[in-house]
Amino acid sequence: MNIPTIAELAAKGETPEVLFWVGCAGSYDDRYKRVTVSFVKILNAVGVKFAVLGTEETCTGDPARRAGNEFLFQMQAMANIQVLDGYGIKKIVTACPHCFNTLKNEYPELGGHYEVIHHSTFLQQLINNGQIKMKEGGSFKGRKITYHDSCYLGRANNIYEAPREVLQALDADLVEMKRCRTTGLCCGAGGAQMFKEPEKGKQDINVVRAEEALNTGATTIAVACPFCMTMMSDGVKNKEKENEVKVKDLAELIAEAQGL
Amino acid sequence: MAIVQQVVFLLVLVAAGVFVRKRVLRLRDNILLGKKEELTGDKSQRIKNVLLVAFGQRKMFKRPLPAILHLFVYVGFLVINLEVLEFVIDGLAGTHRIFAPFLGSFYGVLMNFFEFLAAAVLIACVLFLLRRNVVRIPRFWSAEMTQWPRTDANLILVTEIILMFAIFSMNAADQVLQTRDHHYVATGSLFFSSFLIPLFQNLSTTTLIITERFAWWFHIIGILGFAIYVTYSKHLHIFLAFFNTYAAKLEPKGHINNMPVVTREVKSMLGLTVAETTPAAAEAPPGRFGAKDINDLSSNLLLSAYSCTECGRCTSECPANLTGKKLSPRKIMMDVRDRMDEVGHSIAAGGKGLDDGKTLLNDYITKEEINACTSCNACVEACPVLINPLEIILELRRYVAMEESGSPAQWNAVFQNIETNFAPWKFSAADRFNWSKVS
Repeated sequence: MNIPTIAELAAKGETPEVLFWVGCAGSYDDRYKRVTVSFVKILNAVGVKFAVLGTEETCTGDPARRAGNEFLFQMQAMANIQVLDGYGIKKIVTACPHCFNTLKNEYPELGGHYEVIHHSTFLQQLINNGQIKMKEGGSFKGRKITYHDSCYLGRANNIYEAPREVLQALDADLVEMKRCRTTGLCCGAGGAQMFKEPEKGKQDINVVRAEEALNTGATTIAVACPFCMTMMSDGVKNKEKENEVKVKDLAELIAEAQGL
Repeated sequence: MAIVQQVVFLLVLVAAGVFVRKRVLRLRDNILLGKKEELTGDKSQRIKNVLLVAFGQRKMFKRPLPAILHLFVYVGFLVINLEVLEFVIDGLAGTHRIFAPFLGSFYGVLMNFFEFLAAAVLIACVLFLLRRNVVRIPRFWSAEMTQWPRTDANLILVTEIILMFAIFSMNAADQVLQTRDHHYVATGSLFFSSFLIPLFQNLSTTTLIITERFAWWFHIIGILGFAIYVTYSKHLHIFLAFFNTYAAKLEPKGHINNMPVVTREVKSMLGLTVAETTPAAAEAPPGRFGAKDINDLSSNLLLSAYSCTECGRCTSECPANLTGKKLSPRKIMMDVRDRMDEVGHSIAAGGKGLDDGKTLLNDYITKEEINACTSCNACVEACPVLINPLEIILELRRYVAMEESGSPAQWNAVFQNIETNFAPWKFSAADRFNWSKVS
């Protein structure tokens, strides 16, 4: 598999069309690494000239900022901006809505100006302009899929339709949960909750959300965020449905449909 | 006799005006306890927000039934207050229905329209009371809805119902009097109040005059009393929603406000030039990082706390609250307001004000509450008047993290991991690209 780093391209005097920002979960989390690989396969299949930062990438600082540690966030942001600007990066695609939000909305104030795009929008564009061609009546025909809105795509950045259009292209049966789009229920991981135990309460948020998803009768729960992936998978396991119901990222579904 | 009424009316009007002014100044002083924050960004977008969200009630309509009932009360409030203008002129000039001769038969049409709205307000308020006290919609009974907030809501609803009855009684008595005394200008038949005419028909003219006057005075004093009461109540939203929607944040909801003071420090630590710093900004005392008390929050956020009408749509959408955690975005707003009132009261009484040994964090809002937030923006999305409880939660977290190093242990571990491995987990930075090998 071809995974060029930006340093390799720079050594050859080349610049990529787009930088794929992998993110910490995409780099280290065993489950989300498979999403990273799926997305790279799609990029290669379509022939998009991309690059990754490899070991030069570091945390955007999102969890630090949301947990209140502004110093740490800005240290991370400044260091990342220096690297990105050093390579003359103009356009970034990422499969993590948290990285996406931080790079897009919070780096400009610190001097980092890039065109930042989430992989759901990127995939939608590839489908719309014909670079990804979906086969009629593929393996997804009739499969019930429900989409779980990531807060950092939906409410945070008003991206509700792009992921749904990607799923519709699969020719699958898209069913909605009761709470969706602007009223979508959080998976419970945002705001740095991913990294700590929840406060005392009656239920776990991810279990409640998983129940909602299971109630749709869908056999696939589509997500577009590494934290939602973890939370929803755990929720489905909690309900002992992991054999019947799969939690998949958009990129994995597209790669699967394309036979990649 | 007439002149006595005019003088009394003038005195009542002036007294209410003086009192309301005093209260408005207090509220303004309380809001100004906050940090000054320039409103940046597109002004036309701000005006659009006022027109669509405050004036047009757009976000109310996410829940259609209460939205329609609320619309009746809202339109009723705006339009019936036109009639109050006539009340005030009549009261001062000693006239009766001064607009009637000028408007001719249109006056009757107008009065019928007002009565229609009064009836709509009355029905809406009765249904609201039922929703709160009989149906017991959960968001009106959650933990922070203690005795006073519940009473506050009920008091206003009951007052409105009584005020609407006063209008109908006044108009009914008036219609009977029109047939007996030419001082009572013909209004034509008034649809809703004419149902009450049988109650008044057999009364003597004197009794009727007293009844009509009593209802008139009751209504106008009720309205003046309401104006004073509002300044102590959650009902400030009827005015402040307009200011709050104007001041509301325009950036995408995912954006967290930058801290320029930190940017300057980080830049100098990294040896980057600090170009955009003005000398004045560099010399300004840094103050606290984040917020411990209300004076650490911006005045815009303090204004939003007074704009909150405790409807609880935020809390009813909050994933933390829904799953039994202590966090309630509505309580955050109520706490900010209560702390402002406490400090303002203390300052006015020559007390210690902000230095009373209490703070917003800890004495009102606990760490357990703010730590439970997922920053999902459900509360922000739900608020019909664009209040942002999340901004306050994040400012409190900033104080805890940067001034106290008091974040949860697992977050402190995350901070350490990011500092040493550049990832929130304890993985080596050198292994970051290993995913490329396994595939």
